[in-house]
Amino acid sequence: MTGVLTLYRTSVGKKVIMALTGFILVGFVVFHMYGNTKMYQGPEAFNAYAVGLRELGYPVFGYEHLLWVARLVLIGAVILHIWSATALTMQSHKSTGANAVSGTRRYGEQKRQTSYAAYTMRFGGIVLLLFIVYHILHLTFGMVGYGPNEFQHPNYLGGHPEYFVYNNVVVGFQKPLISGFYMLAMVFLGMHLYHGVWSMFQTLGLNSVKYTGVLRGLAILVAAAVVIGNLSFPIAVMAGIVGPAV
Amino acid sequence: MKVTLKVWRQKNAKTPGEFKTYPANHVSPDMSFLEMLDVVNQELILKGEEPIAFDHDCREGICGMCSLMINGIAHGKKAVTTCQLHMRSFNDGDTITIEPWRAKPFPILKDLVVDRTSFDRIIQAGGFISASTGSAPDGNSIPVAKPDADKAMDAAACIGCAACVAACPNGSAMLFTAAKVTHLGFLPQGQTERHQRAVNMIAVHDAEGFGNCTNIGECSAVCPKEISLDTISRLNRDIVVAALKGIEPNVETAAAKAS
Repeated sequence: MTGVLTLYRTSVGKKVIMALTGFILVGFVVFHMYGNTKMYQGPEAFNAYAVGLRELGYPVFGYEHLLWVARLVLIGAVILHIWSATALTMQSHKSTGANAVSGTRRYGEQKRQTSYAAYTMRFGGIVLLLFIVYHILHLTFGMVGYGPNEFQHPNYLGGHPEYFVYNNVVVGFQKPLISGFYMLAMVFLGMHLYHGVWSMFQTLGLNSVKYTGVLRGLAILVAAAVVIGNLSFPIAVMAGIVGPAV
Repeated sequence: MKVTLKVWRQKNAKTPGEFKTYPANHVSPDMSFLEMLDVVNQELILKGEEPIAFDHDCREGICGMCSLMINGIAHGKKAVTTCQLHMRSFNDGDTITIEPWRAKPFPILKDLVVDRTSFDRIIQAGGFISASTGSAPDGNSIPVAKPDADKAMDAAACIGCAACVAACPNGSAMLFTAAKVTHLGFLPQGQTERHQRAVNMIAVHDAEGFGNCTNIGECSAVCPKEISLDTISRLNRDIVVAALKGIEPNVETAAAKAS
């Protein structure tokens, strides 16, 4: 089994790392979208969901313990995903950069024969990383995108945790610029997922001419579900469907 | 018909190259692309200029020697070699851009000719089977299932022209390597070294300086033999299984030899 630990050395092995960490991250975004649909059930359900995530496994596990396990796995997955992408991109640039005369492109012209999504994985990935950083600073910490006293931090005053995520989402998404940025990021997420989900099977060697249609369909399904679900939240807030808690 | 050629001219690997424009005024639509270049070269020779150097051999679409990036597409059109591309695919008065394959493992030797021996080194790392030599074995002594034979044959159709590398935005030779791994890996005779082969060929592929596959599919789209991306999936599976089995590459790469 120690052979698995040598995977990182080859290009294909790095891709396998990218596929496996991608699988974890796809699972996360699907669950994240599903969990957020609770905002349609009103402030109580949504705020209870935020507390419930922290009480996962309680009382067998301590408060927030399982959540921290999940967070560490996700952070690890993001780091490995970016590391393998960077290493592979550098390898590819070495191959394509040579022989192009300095200052000119590799070819005078190059006509693409395949889908657009596959070409935006790197650029889209960087956009998504910046988005994730902003998203955490915004809705988790309330450090950006809010006026004074708009963001309600969680408290433990009543002896049990109280979260106000419903208020924070509504106030946060009522600003069109911020909602616009979230929606733009979701377009990149959709393209990343469309190519990534199918690629995952290809990289792990589970794709073949028999299944490729099914796997492409699965990729479209996952990408569409996540993007449509996530786009609905800022739209619902701006349209007033999800309004301020009374 | 008349066309204008924008051709990459480069004296040798060390001299920087540039595009030069040549008129081709005596072109028949029935000429192959290489015949058209022959005619242009003849005119250049008569004028006392250096003819355009380009690779070619069989001119039947089976040797894999011709290698031109035409108007930004490897071999100029989907599923065809340059020699099997005819001038009727172009319009009278077109300007046609002709470039060599570009990738670090393919140094330009002259004009449109590149050195593709890095492919030979990938083949040497695992593109063979161990078999006892001597008289030909009896037919059907080793049964091969028909679907397996078909898939092996599809992969074996690879002529090693390197259009996949030229078209790949990553400069990766994954389709070539995968075709060779799949071709032998589908047959009973290729099972003995199956996983060692995949690991060794990828080790040399990486060491030669080829890029990495991001599953885009430009390679398969331009491949004159229409090798499928399935072969890359199968190569990946062989690599994963090899890792689980703890198989390490046991081939000496050019870089290791140099150091």
